[in-house]
Amino acid sequence: MSFIQIEHLSKTYKGKDDSVHALNDINLTIEKGEIYGIIGLSGAGKSTLVRCINLLERPCEGKILIDGKNMPELSEKELREERRKIAMIFQQFNLLMQRNVLDNVCFPMEIAGIKRKEARLRAKEYLKTVEIAEKAKAYPVQLSGGQKQRVAIARALASNPEIILCDEATSALDPQTTGRILKLLKQINEDYGITVVIITHEMRVIEEICGRVAVLDKGNLVEEGPVSEVFKNPKSKAAKRLLLTKELSEEGEENGLN
Amino acid sequence: MRNLGLDVLLKGTNMLRLLEGLWVSLRISLIAVAVSIVLGLIIGSIMTGKNVIIRAVTRLYLEIVRIMPQMVLLFIVFFGTTRVFGINLDATAASIIVFSFWGTAEMSDIVRGALISIPKHRYESAAALGLSKVQTYVHVIIPETLRRLIPLSINLVTRMIKTTSLVMMIGVVEVLKVGQQIIEANRKSSPNAAFGVYLVVFVLYYIACRPISFLAGRLERKWS
Ligand SMILES: Nc1ncnc2c1ncn2[C@@H]1O[C@H](COP(=O)(O)OP(=O)(O)O)[C@@H](O)[C@H]1O
Ligand SMILES: [Mg+2]
Repeated sequence: MSFIQIEHLSKTYKGKDDSVHALNDINLTIEKGEIYGIIGLSGAGKSTLVRCINLLERPCEGKILIDGKNMPELSEKELREERRKIAMIFQQFNLLMQRNVLDNVCFPMEIAGIKRKEARLRAKEYLKTVEIAEKAKAYPVQLSGGQKQRVAIARALASNPEIILCDEATSALDPQTTGRILKLLKQINEDYGITVVIITHEMRVIEEICGRVAVLDKGNLVEEGPVSEVFKNPKSKAAKRLLLTKELSEEGEENGLN
Repeated sequence: MRNLGLDVLLKGTNMLRLLEGLWVSLRISLIAVAVSIVLGLIIGSIMTGKNVIIRAVTRLYLEIVRIMPQMVLLFIVFFGTTRVFGINLDATAASIIVFSFWGTAEMSDIVRGALISIPKHRYESAAALGLSKVQTYVHVIIPETLRRLIPLSINLVTRMIKTTSLVMMIGVVEVLKVGQQIIEANRKSSPNAAFGVYLVVFVLYYIACRPISFLAGRLERKWS
């Protein structure tokens, strides 16, 4: 039994006169402690898939088993408990603007009813882990994108999660900062044994830290396997196209065109 | 030094009368502001809903208020109601009605704007942290809405206070009207009174509005 097991997952958004099949019969498994990538072009259904994992989006069909528990069957209360074990990091950081860095990291612990003193102590530890302890008193508006994402990662750690979901977590950042944030995620994965699921449209993000990857195309899972295999020997059209855009952008970088 | 005409203010109860006049203006605007904030929060929230009829009605309301000069509204409510409906409305009540009518429209629009400007991923991020619906509103959505709301609504409040000077057109004796009366009464003895009196009115308005815009500036800097 795998840690995360997705079986026959389908999601359709029903509009007034048309409906979008965002996900069609997705099957995949993610093991405990691995870094798993999900890649696809914009609109492929990546965000929908990752939002189904913590049930921000309710699937139309299928099972999402996390450590054996089928998420769609949980009650509201059980679901909130379960969500605390699944942290999520967004492209837009989503920090609380009216709170400083330290209080942002304390926030999930406050909600979980942890005493203020202990919460602050732990929060300072997490800020050290993400190497931003010196900004504890700063407000989010005073931080750069990379710094905000570090705070978001520290906040994710504060709920003591077993899984971290990243939805385009580095897409708003420049290549250098992206590299540093990915390294941080890798380090957290190793030190805390947290399973990391990374959603991206950028091949290099997958290449840099993922062990296995799934390729999504128009709501279908078209390819899946170890990163080295999929990249060396892409079978699906979507994977080939993603590889091609990556090569083009690298050529661009070399020629100073980027 | 030239005579600035400030001496008339020391005569009799003139200064006290001016302050009473200021209180008349402030009372009208503060009551209207209170009504506008409460109704504006309610109507503004309703306006973000999907009901087409409600949206059309509120849009029309907002447009009428935007197009119509406040003075015309005052005349319609004050003179119109007495003539047509035979209701004997006193001028202060008419002013409060008109200013609430105006303020509520503007306030609803501000509230609606603040609410719809909160992106979906804010709600999602809160849910992902394991927050309940109520916790999401208390900790995330309401603080963020207020943050966007406060500078704009404070601006509205100062505009409302300033615009109350129009109510003298329907016979409310507020600070500007008192000022005119003082000038008239002293036309012979101190011909420079106009300058002094209007200067003091200016200072009074400044003192009344300054703390409010100061607060707005502070909040804006803290939250921007
Ligand atoms: N809330 C929604 N309502 C309707 N359609 C949606 C909604 N969310 C996503 N979609 C549609 O589902 C498809 C997949 O979207 P998404 O999962 O966001 O893709 P990706 O993250 O890969 O860019 C798109 O066609 C998108 O327009
Ligand atoms: Mg997406």
